[in-house]
Formats: sequence, structure tokens, C-alpha cells
Amino acid sequence: MTIKEQQDEIIEEFAYYPEWMEKYEYIIQLGKELPLIEEKYKTDDHLIRGCQSRVWMHPEYRDGKVWFTADSDALITKGLVGMVIRVLSGHTPKEIVDAEIYFISAIALNSHLSPTRSNGLLSMLKQIKNYALAYHLQDVKRETT
Amino acid sequence: MSHTLNIYEPLSIEAIRAEFPILQTLVYGNPLVYLDNAATTQKPLSVLEAMDVYYKTINANVHRGVHHLSQVATDAFEEARRKVASYINAAHDHEIIFTRGTTEGINLVASVFGRANLKAGDEVLITAMEHHSNIVPWQLACEYYGAKLKVIPFSERGELDMDAFAALIKGPVKILSFTYVSNSLGTINPVNEMIHAAHERGIVVLLDAAQAVQHIPIDVQELDVDFLVFSSHKIYGPTGLGVLYGKEALLNKLPPYQGGGEMIRTVSFEKTTYNDLPFKFEAGTPDIAGAIGLGAALDYVNSIGIDRIKLAEEALMEYAQEMMSGVPGIRFVGEAANKAGVISFLLGNHHPFDVGEILDKQGIAVRTGHHCCQPVMDRLGIPGTVRASFSVYNTPEDVDRLVKGLEKTAKMLG
Repeated sequence: MTIKEQQDEIIEEFAYYPEWMEKYEYIIQLGKELPLIEEKYKTDDHLIRGCQSRVWMHPEYRDGKVWFTADSDALITKGLVGMVIRVLSGHTPKEIVDAEIYFISAIALNSHLSPTRSNGLLSMLKQIKNYALAYHLQDVKRETT
Repeated sequence: MSHTLNIYEPLSIEAIRAEFPILQTLVYGNPLVYLDNAATTQKPLSVLEAMDVYYKTINANVHRGVHHLSQVATDAFEEARRKVASYINAAHDHEIIFTRGTTEGINLVASVFGRANLKAGDEVLITAMEHHSNIVPWQLACEYYGAKLKVIPFSERGELDMDAFAALIKGPVKILSFTYVSNSLGTINPVNEMIHAAHERGIVVLLDAAQAVQHIPIDVQELDVDFLVFSSHKIYGPTGLGVLYGKEALLNKLPPYQGGGEMIRTVSFEKTTYNDLPFKFEAGTPDIAGAIGLGAALDYVNSIGIDRIKLAEEALMEYAQEMMSGVPGIRFVGEAANKAGVISFLLGNHHPFDVGEILDKQGIAVRTGHHCCQPVMDRLGIPGTVRASFSVYNTPEDVDRLVKGLEKTAKMLG
């Protein structure tokens, strides 16, 4: 599934839940499906700054694709990380860097999340894109040398 | 809970709430329950009107103008200063310095007191329950002058260790700077005892009253405190304005903080002389509308009476504590015998952030996190708390909504 298809799928899923409480229950549910980070990576190096709760994220680059694992000590945050990773994990660095992320505003999450929470979400996305960019530049450098 | 409401008689709680238009707000379709008063209080109509009238009818720069409006604006601004002085019973109006807030007040004192008095080997004494704004300015000063920052610890219940205080105050302490009421735990500290002990050794005392002035009657002469700071926006006034009270003799001995207009008497490139109190510490055009707004806010508090507000809030806090105790998994953080305004808690093992967010979706505004008190959270070994904080307009119904909201939150978070 492309990044775009993944986003459309999430938007469709959220349409089943008109009530905000249901949406939150679903977000918490998505957190349970998050590919969990190994305990050994739960270090300060893997912390994402800008979140009120703690979020650890670890990238792995194999077979030309970036795979993310993560965890958080807050359930809602964990659900949000779960969604972001579901959309962006398993794609090439170039795809991730170029991806336009629209599902957050499409499910009106950004207008309902607390400002600290949406800042945290932005930090997460930025961090993922930074990892992808680093892998991409690494590849470009390898190809040119 | 009818006894809480009776405290305000002949005023009704409905009449009080009607003064605060924002309380009619719907949040995600639910009537707002505002329990984040320790962060900032809402503003009564009289404050909004006073500021509106100022801008509509008498706006002009103060103190230097020859024209009519400037005179009227100056009178209104200085009248606000008189109201503040009277509210905390300062001996002189010019002991009231307008600042941008509590934070600036502490920075001012840390900066100029440090410059005049701190040297290598001296100590600055604070408590482990200070807001970051009463830690960092002193760290900066200590670092600059080679002084040491010493910290009075507190117990699991959130009460200061008075034995440790008795030992620490005997050190080469130059200033004791501490909070009257803890913003994260609600603890009311034994201010009289601490000020007395400091003065016995000739140590200057700064009291952070940011979380006290809206809950407890304050008399700076009775307290005999040297400096006292608070913020307008936590006592129903506008944001961006604060008060530094200082004893006249002390303020006169200190160098100026910022340079600029208003704070000078004469300026030449060779030598500048400074203005008298309070203007020496008020460089630049002050927040005139803000001061007038604060004056109106203090009038508002006086119209009800801070003693009555204190009684009503105490009764409400007691009711809240009792009702919240029934929520499965609740754990109170800060169980001092004397508390004001704040109930900090955790719900099971849930992250405060999750609890705050689900409460918000039910229209209930609380604060989550470390409340700018990271050392407090480190001391207690928790990431943060959920904090409900109370004010004149809160009702037992607000508490009931909070309790129901917490029960629903617990169910959702599993």
C-alpha cells in the first residue's frame, strides 16, 4: 500500500466513529497495534523532543525501506505514533521525504488535539522525515562515489 | 454543599458566575468546567470594562504629558498602584513596582540584589517545591557571582522539612526566596515562622505569592516580608502585569534593573541619575491598561471579600477531596495539612496527559504535566500530575462533573 492509500484507509476508518469519545477509543486501540520498540532502544537518544509524554522511536533501514518501531508512556500518544508509523513505515527514504501528510487534518485530529499534543505529533513527523532524509542522503552519496 | 454557597450571601454563586462571561462557553458541546485557575483565572466584566473604558476615554502616556488626557491617565494608573498597596497593606504606594509578572519580579530582585549583595561563598536558599521561575533566576545569579544555591527539601506529603530549614538557615545565606503556596502541590508553607527565622539572622526574604494572593489575605507589614511578588492574571486581572512589593529602605539601596525612560532623573553621557521609587524600577512605558485592570480586579475581590473567598474555596476543596477520594485508582499528590487552591492527583497508572485530554473532551479544563516544577516531580518519582485548581466561581457541580469525568476517563483508558 502506498503512503497515500494508507492515509485514505485511516480516514475511512475514522469515518465510522462520529463521536469524539469513539475516535479516542479507536486511537487508543491503534496504539495496541504499534510495532513496539525493543527495550534496549528506550534511551534518551531515541526520545522525541516536544512531547509532554515520552515517545521513543527507532528506525531500521533494510532492503531499501525504512521500518519504524516506537513506544510511549501515554496511551493516546501511543495511538498517534501508531497511526503515523502505519502510514510511513515500510517505504523508501525518498517516498517518506516526499510524502504529503494530510490524514491528520482530514480526520480533524489537529483541531481536537491539545496544542501540546499536536506539537508532539509534528515533532514525530519531523523526526521520521529527518531519519528518512539521512538514509536518502547516505544512498545518494554512495551512488556518487 | 449548600453551606459553601451560603458563604457568599447575600451574593449568590449564580450572580458571581454571571460576572464571568467566559464561563458560558461550550467546549465540544459541553458546558465548560474551568479548573485551571492556578494557571490563570478568568476575568470579571468589571475588569474588562475598566480596560475598555481606559482605551476608549483616557488613553495617553503617563507621568510626562502636559495635556489633560495624560494627567487623567496618570491619575488612573497611580490610583491602581494605591489599590495594590492597600490590598496587601504596604506602608507606602511607592513600594509597589509594576512588573510583567511574578517571573519578572523574581528576575528583577535576583538581578539587582545579586549585583548589590552576592559574592563567592554566599548562599541563596530556596525550597524544593519552587516553580522554575523561583529557581532559574537564582541559578543565574549564583553562577555569575560564585554563590551557592541551597534547597530546603520536602516530605512525601508535600510539607517542608523544617529541621533541614533550621539547619540550612544557619549557613552564609544572603536571601531566602520561597513560595507561599506551592503551585503543584497546594501546600501552604509556614511563612511567619520562616520569615522570622531568616530575620533573626539578618537574612532578606522574598515571598512568591503567585498562588497565595488570590486565596489568602495578605498583609506585607504583618508578614514583615522584604519582597513579595505576584501576577495580576492569577487574581482575576489581565495577563502581562505583575507586582513586586519591596520595603522602601531595601529598594532604595538596590541599583536599577533596566535602563530607559521613566526610570531616570537626568541623563548625560557622563553621568545619569535615577528617579525615585517606584519609577527607578519601571523603565519604559508601563502597562497602563493592565494596571488599571488589576485595580478593578482587586476592587472585585474586595467587593466579595478575600476572607469569604478563602472560606468558600476551603469548603469546596474539602468537598472535592472527599468526592474525588471515591474515584477508583485515584492518588492524591501533595497531602499537606494546610493547602490552598490546588488538588494534584494521578489516576491509576495512567499518564496525566491522557487523563487531561479525555477530561478536556468532556469540557473539563485541568492542567497536566510537571507544572513548571520538574524538581518536585523528580522528588516524588512521577512524570507529572493532573491538577485541578479552584477559584471564586467554582461550584460543587463543577466538582461533580470532574468526578464523573474521571470515572469515564478511567473506564476509557482501561
